[in-house]
Amino acid sequence: MDFSNAKELLELCDSNKMSISEVMKQRECDESTSSKEEIKEKMKRVLQIMRDSATMPINTPMKSMGGLIGGEAKKLSDYREAKKNISSSVLSRGMMYAMAVLECNASMGLIVAAPTAGSSGVVPGLLLAMQDVYSFSDDKIMDALFAAGAIGYLAMRNATVAGAVGGCQAEMGVASAMAAAGAVELMGGTPRQSLDAASTVLMNMLGLVCDPVGGLVEYPCQNRNASGVANALVATDMALAGITQLIPFDEMLDTMYRVGKRMPVELRETALGGCAVTKSACEACGMCG
Amino acid sequence: MPFISVFDVLGPNMIGPSSSHTAGACVIAFLARKMLGGKPKKVEFILYGSFAKTYKGHGTDRALLGGLMGFGTDDVRIRDSFNIAKERGIEYKFTPNSEVTDIHPNTVDVCMEDEEGRSVTVRGESLGGGKVRIVKIGEVDIDFSGEYSALVLVHKDRPGVIAYTTKILCEHNINIAFMKLYRESKGNRAYTIIESDESIPKTVKDDLYKNEYISQVMIVQ
Repeated sequence: MDFSNAKELLELCDSNKMSISEVMKQRECDESTSSKEEIKEKMKRVLQIMRDSATMPINTPMKSMGGLIGGEAKKLSDYREAKKNISSSVLSRGMMYAMAVLECNASMGLIVAAPTAGSSGVVPGLLLAMQDVYSFSDDKIMDALFAAGAIGYLAMRNATVAGAVGGCQAEMGVASAMAAAGAVELMGGTPRQSLDAASTVLMNMLGLVCDPVGGLVEYPCQNRNASGVANALVATDMALAGITQLIPFDEMLDTMYRVGKRMPVELRETALGGCAVTKSACEACGMCG
Repeated sequence: MPFISVFDVLGPNMIGPSSSHTAGACVIAFLARKMLGGKPKKVEFILYGSFAKTYKGHGTDRALLGGLMGFGTDDVRIRDSFNIAKERGIEYKFTPNSEVTDIHPNTVDVCMEDEEGRSVTVRGESLGGGKVRIVKIGEVDIDFSGEYSALVLVHKDRPGVIAYTTKILCEHNINIAFMKLYRESKGNRAYTIIESDESIPKTVKDDLYKNEYISQVMIVQ
């Protein structure tokens, strides 16, 4: 069982009465010649690392290697504990976890690239927050990870997930699209709704540039992981409410790729444009000597 | 098109912060170490392009040294690799080179010397997402990803060496997926890289050393 675009994925889901995660699991077994148990064990390890990286910095804040971030997750946690958060329980938890993962990443902790290290907070952020609030089992969360993986696979296959090629929209955009598709399946949505949610995210994050201060995976990356969770939630709720999208995922992915390739090189991970060249960022970074 | 696994999307499991500058760097040094016969005693990493500019903030230096000591991309010891290298008596040095620019932006030369004084320099490129390419051993241009089980041979450019090698692999029932030959010049030092689907047993190594022209056999898997 394999598919090369979202249209084929939907056809497989429809004709076999399978969810996206079921198709993705079957594909993994067939194509990698692994057993269901083997891939489940691997996904368990993924979830374990995600959970550790999303929680460790809340208890033990760490300064990043480049010194630009550290302690943000704990601040959000304290703020939440004081019940001051305006955003919903899922969103406020999700952004806390997402920022924690980036803090872990930037201080040389162990993370799972999802799909990249710079965007590694969004998928675990949203899914772990939903597990907290709705008490989903680990098996359910792992299914959502397979569904999210299907979106990421299509992006890697048919477009790009590299900031250097397609800007932040390719990294954080795809990460949020993955999270949204997983979240929709987790809440009982249909495969079409998952793909609509993924399409919505790419649309709403279209054009986002990659402009890391000092060329490091720290700032604004960490902020954008938090906003990636918000974008995923917006799209998830829209899809589950029955809002359909005019532009299907395949077309939106292709559009994202085209926009990415037309971005000037200064705005694709080179630290030569955007946030990276603001006066304050340059003063904080000091790498140009 | 090569298979993209769900664990290529949700992965690699890695020590941060960057799949290209940290995980990829670790993999390059890990593979380079396999090209050196014995235990590394001395190493100099020459960093080019973006590696030269941002290696400290990305922990590229720690990851390289960790990879050289055999650590995987998800090994938490990478963070302490400077101390661990000191404990193991490995001399290390990082040299940024900003003059050479017509090169892949994430390139590193790993110049190693083992305890018996043998030295080799391996050049690697980090392609993103933890994927890498080894592009040079010594003065010879090669192309090797490390994604398959691989056999790297250093031998004299003589008739029969390849026939001998493939016969040994056949006897061990190993299927060759890819095979590439390189040589410094006619009749002199040559390299053969064979990538296979199956893992390569150690006994293959012993059998290959029986050939008088084969001077070094490295199994990378």
